[in-house]
Parts: sequence; structure tokens; C-alpha cells
Amino acid sequence: MVDPYLRQSPLAHLHLDARAANDADLVGAGLRLSERAHLGMINVRGVAADPAFAPAFKKATGVELPTAANTTAGKADGVHAIWLGPDEWLVITPPGREHALADKLRAATKALHAAVTVTGEARTVIRVAGANARDAIAKGCPLDLHPRVFGPGQCGQTILGRADMLIHQTALDRKSGAPSYDVFVLRSFAEYAWTWLEDAGREYGVQVVAAKG
Amino acid sequence: MLLIPCPFCGEREESEFHQGGEAHIERPKNPDKLSDAEWADYLFLRDNKKGLYLERWVHRHGCRRWFNVARDTATNEIKTVYKMGAKPPRGLTKGRAK
Repeated sequence: MVDPYLRQSPLAHLHLDARAANDADLVGAGLRLSERAHLGMINVRGVAADPAFAPAFKKATGVELPTAANTTAGKADGVHAIWLGPDEWLVITPPGREHALADKLRAATKALHAAVTVTGEARTVIRVAGANARDAIAKGCPLDLHPRVFGPGQCGQTILGRADMLIHQTALDRKSGAPSYDVFVLRSFAEYAWTWLEDAGREYGVQVVAAKG
Repeated sequence: MLLIPCPFCGEREESEFHQGGEAHIERPKNPDKLSDAEWADYLFLRDNKKGLYLERWVHRHGCRRWFNVARDTATNEIKTVYKMGAKPPRGLTKGRAK
């Protein structure tokens, strides 16, 4: 466990807060980027077919176990669960709440064939929003992001440029049709992914937004 | 570019996958009793045939699961996919001709 005061975002050297302050008055940018730093992440392995597993999961986390492929459950700004595989999920918590939740999950699944591992230090999350968010990501992602097949609440593990990414569509503005995505990348790929996204968004205009956690 | 139907995630592009060679190669039960030629056959020699081929793929950049694919090496047509440990579906002969 890392001491909280030692935790540093892998994008800290880009001084995103200063850039967000600089961009505060920007209008008309097609792409809005922000980092959701230090989110808690818990990798959960378990047997989806075990009738006791899903209820234990729900009891500990408060969200349903997403058993359908490429789906998520819960609120994107609170505790939520992301499907990673037929027996693997990622639980996201607001910063600092992961260890308490992992303890609860471990206690709830004690008698079951399950594993609970806190992995938040491994990744960071970039929130990609704006009218052209889909266009920018689609430049380097083989996943079909068309709203007909990829809507809010859906997720997928795929590639962004040359980096692995886990993408979660957190919202869709019904009026403008603008989606909002959480892009999870490994820590060592964070700078690559961020600069890649900025480059991809250059033609639409990029605004750096202050992180909301 | 192939579209490969991952049995867990659904149809995804080939760039998310890696090929893992011929499927259904079984480790011999008694390696001690094999001749060097037989052991080398198990270890190194794989079919390289034109036509239906049973092979393993891993969804490396997706769910990271292994599965089997029946693919025609001449046309690249994917006949079917099936999970690890499962027998090839009826009508598809084993890729390894003996």
C-alpha cells in the first residue's frame, strides 16, 4: 500500500491543473480532456455461475455484478464495476476508498472461489468528452464506437494507438449526441495516451478540464 | 484484417489478438519412452497445410483468454470458434493429418 502523500499521478509532470486554468475560458473545443487521478481499482476474480458470488459481490460493493460481456454497473462517478472477462471484473471507487471496499469484498467472498486484488496504482483514467470525443478515439481504436453498438454503460478492452486501453462510455448527452468516455491506461502508457489524444483532437480543438476526481 | 469472433467479447479486429499455433497438440504421457524424433515431432513440428486448420488464438489486448479457431488458411474464412478444452465441432476434422 502506497502512502497517500507519496501518490503521484503519472501525468503530474504535464501540469494539467495549470493548463485547465489556462483553458477555462476556451469555447468551442470539440474535445475535452481531464485526468481522473488516483481512482481506487480492485480486480475481482470469481465464478459468475456460482449462485452465491453475485449476491456476495452486490452486498459488498452495492452494485450489481455485470455478467454480460462488455457491460458495466453502478455510477461512473461513484463505485462501479466493469466487466473484464467471463470471470474477471474491475471495481472502481472514488480515491481512497479502495482498501476499505476490498476488505469488505474479501470478507464477503471468503468462502467462495474468488480473488480480490487492489490494483489502482497500475493505471490512470483519462476522461474524454466533447462533441468530437468519438471521432478522436476512433482514429486509433479498432473497437466499433458507433452509438448503435457502443452506448453509455458499455465497456471494452482494446487498443488506443499502440497502448492497451479499457474504455468505458460513461454518458451520452441526448441533446448534442456527445459521448463521454473513461479511458483506462497503464501508468507507463499514460503520457503516451494523453499526448496521443491531444494530437488526435487537434483538428477539433482541445480543452484541458480540471479533474473532478 | 480479420474480424475474429472472441467467444467472450464478441467480434473484434485481428490487431487485438495473437495467434498461438496449432491447436490440440497433446503432451505425450510418457516422454521418457519416446525417441528423439518423436519428441522433436511433438515439440517442434506443426502442420502447415492449405485449407481447414485448427489453431489457438489469444485475445491479447482484450479479455486475455485463449480459445480455438477453425480457419481456412487459403481463404482466411473463420468457420467457427470454440473454447479451450472443447473438442472441435462435428464436421471439422482435426488439423493435424497423420
